[in-house]
Amino acid sequence: MKITICIGSSCHLKGSRQIVQELQSLVAQHDLKDQIELAGQFCMGNCQRGVCVTVDEDTFSLTPETTREFFEKDVLPRL
Amino acid sequence: MRKFDTKVQHLKYKVLREVARHAWDDTLLEKVLDIPQQIAPGKVPTMRCCVYKERAILGERVKLAMGGDKEHRNVIQVIDIACDECPAAGYEVTASCRGCIAHRCEDVCKRGAISFDHNHVAHIDKSKCVECGQCAKVCPYSAIINRKRPCQVACKVKAISINDDNAAHIDDEKCIQCGACVYQCPFGAIQDRSFMLDVIDMIKKSQNNTQYKVYAMVAPSISSQFTYAKLGQVITGLKKLGFHTVIEAALGADMVAQAESRELAEKGFLTSSCCPAFVQYIKVNFPQLLPYVSHNLSPMAALGKYLKDTQPGCKVVFIGPCTAKKAEAQLDTVKPYVDAVMTFEELQAIFDSRDFDITTLEEDVLDNASYFGRIFARSGGLSDAVKQGLMEEKLDFIVNPVICDGIEECRMALLKKSKNALQGNFIEGMACVGGCIGGAGCLTHGEKNKAEVDKYGREAFEKTIGDAVSMLK
Repeated sequence: MKITICIGSSCHLKGSRQIVQELQSLVAQHDLKDQIELAGQFCMGNCQRGVCVTVDEDTFSLTPETTREFFEKDVLPRL
Repeated sequence: MRKFDTKVQHLKYKVLREVARHAWDDTLLEKVLDIPQQIAPGKVPTMRCCVYKERAILGERVKLAMGGDKEHRNVIQVIDIACDECPAAGYEVTASCRGCIAHRCEDVCKRGAISFDHNHVAHIDKSKCVECGQCAKVCPYSAIINRKRPCQVACKVKAISINDDNAAHIDDEKCIQCGACVYQCPFGAIQDRSFMLDVIDMIKKSQNNTQYKVYAMVAPSISSQFTYAKLGQVITGLKKLGFHTVIEAALGADMVAQAESRELAEKGFLTSSCCPAFVQYIKVNFPQLLPYVSHNLSPMAALGKYLKDTQPGCKVVFIGPCTAKKAEAQLDTVKPYVDAVMTFEELQAIFDSRDFDITTLEEDVLDNASYFGRIFARSGGLSDAVKQGLMEEKLDFIVNPVICDGIEECRMALLKKSKNALQGNFIEGMACVGGCIGGAGCLTHGEKNKAEVDKYGREAFEKTIGDAVSMLK
């Protein structure tokens, strides 16, 4: 599974670095490094809904606060 | 609102703008021959002896705006017919000489080159004169002047000579593409080739970034440019031109600062590799010092590589103050990562070719890099960043930087290093005085520019190099 986090300027200012760090630590905690690939992308063209995150083809709108919930509800069940 | 330092820049801009306008409209082929007359209409010349010469020169500028002679390796080229064959005789006595009694000029001249005619007016014997300039310094009437061509004065690497036709000639082996002559020639007879048409073509063929994405990577010196508008409006303007998004080259600078501090701690001595003109200068003049040049890519190439690795097929356009970057992008080691280089001058022309008034646009945001990546744009910034990098990486190494502001200072430091007489373990080499903000492709150069860069640096969301770079892992 590939999770792509938008690291363009707008999402960056809304906290994409914190989300990247949170996801990195969640992936490590759950020992899922072999199954989940984390990637960055400069601008997904949907700045109003940032921070934009895609899981394979599906798009999500996250904040640093909702990242853990997203991981538990939208990432783990897909594995 | 003043957009340029000189009228030569404005002239060059008008040519670029018209070429771009026709390129967008797909009318360049049919209209290209009309551009000179469009810019110099009527029968009364405003710049040269006649309108026909003006138009002939404009025709040459059009060629360079369209990419110039592709066989010609150097991105800096002389427009022979535009060269005014300025006087270059060196020290000369002018009519201001009053034929005084003191004869300080004669006394100070160690070569005995000064004599006096029956009116007691001084003359310089050119066969004896060594151009030391002492006579000019001591004359109380400032009657002795030094006639040198502005291009030759500007060229600190001595790549410009005078050819058999009395026009300026660039030695392509010695030229480091810094663009100082381009900026200084009062007749605009030396110009950089433009790759603007490649950029327009890339944007058009991307079909709104659906075929591939086109990234604009802007140099941090942009903070001192387009001062009549807000930086956020420039970003909106770039996206409106058709770029997918805009990224700070300063993030590449953060990457470089981190990697270079590690490399420095490992090797113990290093010269920077960000400024392509400085690196080229070492290649030509101090090949024995090449092993000391940092093996890291420049910020432009490092970030370009990241983009190409993560977004295969994307196009990367670097927009900055630098003519030497145009040459860097043609190096085999950099070519795969950067598709085209434009200057701020060319960006202004492209904006206006679409009749965008950027001052009316909404403000977008630009924030990828840290304070340290951003201050690479001014002299001393790179050294500060490496110092910070060493600290963040917890490396036990004390950097003692030699900050070289302009290619003459670079030459001195390299000369000392080649004789093992340099105090310091890191040479920060910037070919332009002031750093990148002094680049030839800037719209304006001013004393406030350094302060603007520092201010822009302080506004960065990320405060450390490590935090800025952590996004890329």
